[in-house]
Amino acid sequence: MGLLDRLAQGDISALARLASYIENGDPLGNDAINQLYPATGNALVVGITGPPGAGKSTLIDGMIETWRTLEHRVGVIAIDPTSPVSGGATLGDRIRIRERTDDPEVFVRSMASRGRRGGLAPATAGMVHLLDAAGFDRILVETVGVGQEEVDVASLAHLTILLQVPGAGDGVQALKAGLLEIADLYAVNKADLPGAEMLVRELNSIAMLGLDSGSKARSPHVVKVSAMTGDGVEKLVTEIEKLGSERRDARSPSCVRIARAEITALVTDRVRRSIDSDCGQKQIESLVVDVAERRLSPRDASEIVLSKLSVSTSPGPDR
Amino acid sequence: MTEEVASRPESPNRPIRVLIAKPGLDGHDRGAKVLVRALRDAGFEVVYTGLFQTPESIANAALQEDVDVIGLSILSGAHLAIFPRIMDELNRRGVSALVIAGGTIPDEDIDHIKALGVAAIFGPGTSFAEITTFLREQTPARTDVL
Repeated sequence: MGLLDRLAQGDISALARLASYIENGDPLGNDAINQLYPATGNALVVGITGPPGAGKSTLIDGMIETWRTLEHRVGVIAIDPTSPVSGGATLGDRIRIRERTDDPEVFVRSMASRGRRGGLAPATAGMVHLLDAAGFDRILVETVGVGQEEVDVASLAHLTILLQVPGAGDGVQALKAGLLEIADLYAVNKADLPGAEMLVRELNSIAMLGLDSGSKARSPHVVKVSAMTGDGVEKLVTEIEKLGSERRDARSPSCVRIARAEITALVTDRVRRSIDSDCGQKQIESLVVDVAERRLSPRDASEIVLSKLSVSTSPGPDR
Repeated sequence: MTEEVASRPESPNRPIRVLIAKPGLDGHDRGAKVLVRALRDAGFEVVYTGLFQTPESIANAALQEDVDVIGLSILSGAHLAIFPRIMDELNRRGVSALVIAGGTIPDEDIDHIKALGVAAIFGPGTSFAEITTFLREQTPARTDVL
């Protein structure tokens, strides 16, 4: 029996194997997504991001618990960094997310970032579609531990939670552009630590500044949690459900935004691969001397390369 | 990338995925962590699930992560009791990964452990190169259809 038939029967090993083909950019994975996509769109996709050690995986464990009591099926995609040196990775998110061995309604998959810089792995969007098609109606995407600028998760999630911990800087940090701007909810973890109250106040006041200045940026609610004890997790899930209920509608701005971002990313990937291909590199090499010796401007050279790239064929490895 | 990714034979850019697990009541994880690090540095993607794993939780993680290899590290002496249970749980879930073991397993137990379906046992003193070469050669190719 083929993988898709087995998937339809709820076979977890088929789901896991399809995930591998998608992750590896195998043509089989691409075909699977194309066939499954019409049946997707039922899941609420929630991004969880924050610095390393903030407690993202532990919080996810608590959220799984809460969602299971509400009888949701929960899929988790947890991303850890790939070594830029060896290409290998240590995937350690399962240490904090307990194995639910008797519960087929929870599926957790670790992914390595495989060279992507924005906090996700290249095939994350494809993986979301797979879990959606497999009937998981709540999907959590945990980014790598991030700094200030890894905002990719917001482009594939209906809503994004930024998890912060006390003691990582003063209120000016919260005024900076980047990660703070893309979050729909701020969660302050380790709420029992000194400085938690202050961080909550600072995040609240930043949200208020946004309202006062009438800027288009969102003004996220701040929720205090202790991922360890579970305090505040139910409240966080309630906030997520409130925000998420409208955003799952296929005609909602967030679904349109996600579709736009995914098409753009796939096209960008294809162009990038075309440039990296032997043919693309040859085109560039044929012009470098002219540019270096000032007979051709870099911009004119780029126009020439672009006009000769073949990006519409060859379904090489991609998401 | 300065090194070659540790890949499967049929697909040169696909990293081999390995689960490193510590079964049972055994708090000695230095060997497991050293191996996690060595495999990472050799280009493998390594899922590590931490201490005190039950046969069920190891099999569950292996199933969901679709790993090529499961490495069991055990220093408690309970291998004869717990390995058969792990193999049962893997079989029950249809997990066909290559299983290897390491730690302190006496020579006289090796045949028994191998008869359970454990492909190789890497005791103390094994070089990393021996392990990574074995995994690159022995990781089974995959042939699935949609």
